[in-house]
Amino acid sequence: MKRKTSKASPKKTQLYYHSMMIPGILFLLVFTYIPMAGLVMAFQDFVPAKGLLGSPFVGLKHFRYLLGLPDFSRIVRNTVAIALSKIGLGMVIAIAFSVLLNEIRIRFFKKSVQTIVYLPHFLSWVVLATVVTNLFNLDGLVNAAATGMGFQKINFLGDIHIFPVLIVGTDVWKEFGYNSIVYLAAITAIDPGLHEAAAIDGASWIKRVWHITLPGMLPIILLMTAMNLTGILSAGFDQIYNLYSPLVYETGDVLDTYVYRIGLVGRQYSFGTAVGLARSVIGMLLLVICNKITLRTTGQRIY
Amino acid sequence: MLDHKSLGSKIRNTVIHLIVLFLGLLCLFPLLNILAISFSGSSAVVANRVKLWPVNFTLLAYEEILKDRQFWVSFRLSAIRVFLTLLLNLVLVIPMAYAMTRSKKEFRCRNFYMNLLVFAMLFNGGMIPNFIWLRNLKMLNTIWALILPGAVPVFSVILMMNFFNGVPKSLEEAAFIDGATPYQVLFRVMIPCAKPCVATVSLFSIVGSWNDFFSGLIYMQKIENYPIMTYIQSLNVNIQQMIEQGMLNQAALENIMDLSNRNLNAAKIVVAVVPLLLIYPFLQKYLITGMVMGSVKE
Repeated sequence: MKRKTSKASPKKTQLYYHSMMIPGILFLLVFTYIPMAGLVMAFQDFVPAKGLLGSPFVGLKHFRYLLGLPDFSRIVRNTVAIALSKIGLGMVIAIAFSVLLNEIRIRFFKKSVQTIVYLPHFLSWVVLATVVTNLFNLDGLVNAAATGMGFQKINFLGDIHIFPVLIVGTDVWKEFGYNSIVYLAAITAIDPGLHEAAAIDGASWIKRVWHITLPGMLPIILLMTAMNLTGILSAGFDQIYNLYSPLVYETGDVLDTYVYRIGLVGRQYSFGTAVGLARSVIGMLLLVICNKITLRTTGQRIY
Repeated sequence: MLDHKSLGSKIRNTVIHLIVLFLGLLCLFPLLNILAISFSGSSAVVANRVKLWPVNFTLLAYEEILKDRQFWVSFRLSAIRVFLTLLLNLVLVIPMAYAMTRSKKEFRCRNFYMNLLVFAMLFNGGMIPNFIWLRNLKMLNTIWALILPGAVPVFSVILMMNFFNGVPKSLEEAAFIDGATPYQVLFRVMIPCAKPCVATVSLFSIVGSWNDFFSGLIYMQKIENYPIMTYIQSLNVNIQQMIEQGMLNQAALENIMDLSNRNLNAAKIVVAVVPLLLIYPFLQKYLITGMVMGSVKE
């Protein structure tokens, strides 16, 4: 309790700290906590004119309806499939890239590549959707190149089998550079003596990567896996909303886009809120579980 | 690492450089392509003759944008929004982060506040309750709907708290012994030590609010009130709706809508990205510090 030496009395010091917290907490109360009361409408047939207090309660009606909906299992499947593919492929590419980048000795080359590969992360999907559409359109550059080589045109944005691949691929393209930063930092923290000793013993580069670099990165890889898995129910609203069309709803429609379309655009406020609530509760449980697991295995917390 | 000058390691090194170069170019080419399109004549764009360099160089698309009043209204709105959000974020986040570095003994309600923060990060009402609430507050179609809900980015509070925790305790204690108040310690000792972290948090704030199109989409009902990304996005959706209505000749519609607009749309996104490119050098400087700090929690 060294603070007692301060001129201010302990009580006054407490007030200082409260005054630092209260403005921000007020904002959170008004714009995050109060709207949570609106979740009640998931258990109501909400009518905007009657408000939350006047609308009739219907219990679990919307949840039962949701579970019986043929769309529902399809949308959950799409969401999980797209999210898992993004996480898996994204991590593999980012880790591989960081290992390779670490081998580059020419400083200028390394810096330039880093500057370029980090850039897409900072661009909005609104912008990148235009870029992607331009390239992968029926009349885009990729199809022009394909027909030039004698292949048939591929409707990347309109084919239900190819669309998810395009979504995963372009997301990995956007994020792999930025995601590699953490892994690169982990690699540089590995004791170079280990590599030297292994090289003297005649271990090839591949062997050294496999037995030294990757095990050295393992804690951060585990942590990032757990962190990423918490996002398994959010397959990336911004990206999909900007690229999809009714043609590809069958494989491209995910929970967030569904809630937006049905709940907000279709004005089924109660049903939309019910879907959103189910999604956030499951998402939060996943986060808590993953946090417990990482705390056990790596001693680190996600939050 | 060791440099063996054997043939094998030379080949390996070359292959690694080539792969890294390939990945770098893979990130660069699509962006160069869109830049080239924005400066090209539309007939060349339609014929797919534009690759990485403008064909039939023209500034027509940019002249068109200069005449597009709504584009600049949206651009200005986004700029004001970014500025106000940044200001509000910093004013709220920095003191919160500092108060959260206190131990439970020093600040008795510390854990209560911390729980409030963490829960707000993990859980929220979702888009529909938020929308209804802002409508009740009569904030729809005002700039406040774009700013106030994001006033306290909890992730930034935690990031900065971690950074403050890394500042040597002796600095703070010396100031307290000299009779400084917590505010004086925060402004005279902690913030000067935390410049990289303030920069990181600022950049997250700027990039996030400039790039966000979703708040504009749900909270703004008139196109005059759209921020820049929502405005650009709405141009794309119009094409989509045309396709939806006439699904039969989708390809034909796409042709008409898309091709005439392609270089104009390209120019629009180029202009919309310029502000981010201007701060990108600073962004990159603090990026690594920010990311590495971010992955070390509490």
